[in-house]
Amino acid sequence: MSNKIKHHLTDDLLMAYAAGSLPEAFDLMVATHLSLCDHCRARAESFDAIGGCVLQDQEASAGMSDGSLAATMAMIAKGAPIAKPSPPGCSVLPAPLRDYVGGDVNAIRWRSIGMGVKQAILPTTRDASARLLFIPAGAAVPDHSHHGTELTMVLQGAFSDEVDHFARGDVEIADEDLHHTPTADITEDCICLAVTDAPLKFSKLMPRLFQPFLRI
Amino acid sequence: MFTEIDTVTLDEPATERSSTKPWRAKRRIRGKPVNRADDSCDTKTEWVSHVSRIRDAQDQAAFAELFQHFAPRIKAFLIKSGSDVTLAEECAQEVMATLWHKAHLFDPTRATVATWVFTIARNKRIDVLRKQRRPEPEELGWGPKAEPEQDDVLALQQETAQLRDALTALPEAQRQLIEKAYFGDLSHREIASQTGLPLGTIKSRIRLALDRLRHAMN
Ligand SMILES: [Zn+2]
Repeated sequence: MSNKIKHHLTDDLLMAYAAGSLPEAFDLMVATHLSLCDHCRARAESFDAIGGCVLQDQEASAGMSDGSLAATMAMIAKGAPIAKPSPPGCSVLPAPLRDYVGGDVNAIRWRSIGMGVKQAILPTTRDASARLLFIPAGAAVPDHSHHGTELTMVLQGAFSDEVDHFARGDVEIADEDLHHTPTADITEDCICLAVTDAPLKFSKLMPRLFQPFLRI
Repeated sequence: MFTEIDTVTLDEPATERSSTKPWRAKRRIRGKPVNRADDSCDTKTEWVSHVSRIRDAQDQAAFAELFQHFAPRIKAFLIKSGSDVTLAEECAQEVMATLWHKAHLFDPTRATVATWVFTIARNKRIDVLRKQRRPEPEELGWGPKAEPEQDDVLALQQETAQLRDALTALPEAQRQLIEKAYFGDLSHREIASQTGLPLGTIKSRIRLALDRLRHAMN
């Protein structure tokens, strides 16, 4: 839990998360950020409260079928579904990410995408993609632009680009207009979660050769 | 940071608490008496004790009352979210069963029972209708306190009721758009135009509850 986060999620993302209409990859980004940021967790839960009001205003007149309460009691009697406990580990990756990785950072299966930069694509629905990025201390990710929306959140280390400096918990929101060259701080290797609803375009250095390996 | 809380009046819940039929009690919002026939939920702090009775004593009578109130609303909500009637009925039962099993996780200083039920129903919709996993934020420590401060619980209920009134007071077209968003019918981009809702007070209240929880954990 850090109180130093200065780049937060937007209201529209939090409301869409509460409404349940985001692609899975974006849900993962929001859940990961909320795990680190009580400021946004409170905002997200207040958007849940709107959902509570909507639910409460539903007509109850259609009713449930006869015997539905008894059927539910029978369901309850079978016991709670076994909750899959989150894999142990409590440092770099918050719980929602550990669920996707199957552990903490040392369980990540990295693939090199060149110049020391590595990535691991996480299994989500295909309407958007989520991946972890590893940027060696001091290294830069090639200048690239974006289709659609891309969110990048720092999990370890920090990076800087033309916009600002981003540390653990900070989210950079990039759209078509942003061309940037994120550079990891020299002090530590940088690990980020990145989600996008469109393929990344690299404008130089990361040649077309690499595109097939990106698989997004 | 929490100055908004200072403007909240806490006089009303006392009368509700003492009423045996709080759902028929007149509600007073910002000095104006409000009467609403179906005004049965957010101001009914009793639902909170229903959930604790399930948590502490597996109280089936309390569950039956919750079921009667919420199950048809969940069903209607899921139908409006695109489910057919049979599936909505099934899912409403599963949501209520989840409520039973997760009663120990409900935190009345951060959500009303209606809000909590909504989140379970929403996740069920994502799971069953969209066939998608739903990542949720990390649980906080060992969960909510068994006996939260009553004032905190009442204040949260009150602020949710005020939020509901504020939503009701919105122009009809905007209110319908918000409903559509929560039925899952608006994309993230379409939702962007719907922000700027009056959430300052309730947000500060929830933040305060989170701070207390963090404090208790340390
Ligand atoms: Zn935040």
